[in-house]
Amino acid sequence: MSTIKMRISTAGDVLDVKSLIQQAMESGRVKDKATGKLIPADFIQTMTVSVNDKTAVEANLSVAVSKNPYINFKVPGKKGDKVTIAYTTNLGKSDTATETA
Amino acid sequence: MKSNRRVFLKGSMAASAVGLAVGAGLLTPRAVLAATWPEKAYNTKGFDESLSDLFGSAGAPTESKDVTVKAPDIAENGAVVPVTIESAVAGTDNIAILVKGNPTPLVANFKFVGAQPFASTRIRMGKTDNVIGVAHAGGKLYMAEKQVKVTIGGCGG
Repeated sequence: MSTIKMRISTAGDVLDVKSLIQQAMESGRVKDKATGKLIPADFIQTMTVSVNDKTAVEANLSVAVSKNPYINFKVPGKKGDKVTIAYTTNLGKSDTATETA
Repeated sequence: MKSNRRVFLKGSMAASAVGLAVGAGLLTPRAVLAATWPEKAYNTKGFDESLSDLFGSAGAPTESKDVTVKAPDIAENGAVVPVTIESAVAGTDNIAILVKGNPTPLVANFKFVGAQPFASTRIRMGKTDNVIGVAHAGGKLYMAEKQVKVTIGGCGG
């Protein structure tokens, strides 16, 4: 089960890609109430959106992006194109998801 | 009460910076797959420093009507503030979102390779502040800002 959810709508030669990623986006500034210790930072650093394996957007995120980030892009493409979203976190975790428009 | 909270945030900043450095060290071999994360730009506390680390010597941004920042007037919860940035400046290849009053001002940046210079997301804000959208086009920076009133901050706990 991928952590990336995607919804693509087509409008002419533009694909409107709405994505929702399940990620805690821990800032490293919040204390764990039970232990009183800081919860270590865990957040998405880089994210790429590609259409038919060609990169369209390269995004850098930080701890100031909300938990379970929602991101909306408008990439070039038409119905039937493959849209891929990939991300990497500061801890080196990564995930990808591909959907056909 | 409020000032105590700011002090706490500043203190914990130093600790998190160390953690980030370690994380980035682990990341290096994987950088082949995705774009690299401009660590310096994201860790600095200064607004101007973030911009110069991110865009190099593009200079200070000039205010422009062609850059649009859409955000609510009042955000009840600072942990989830919906923001949309769009640029109508010809040749926009990069858009950055910044909040001056956050512990680190740079929130996110988006490099566009053929995609429309448009990005919409949800961000965290520590207190009432301006959300600033900066567009990079033809080696110059253009900006627009919008004030958002935050009732409950969303940066620490």
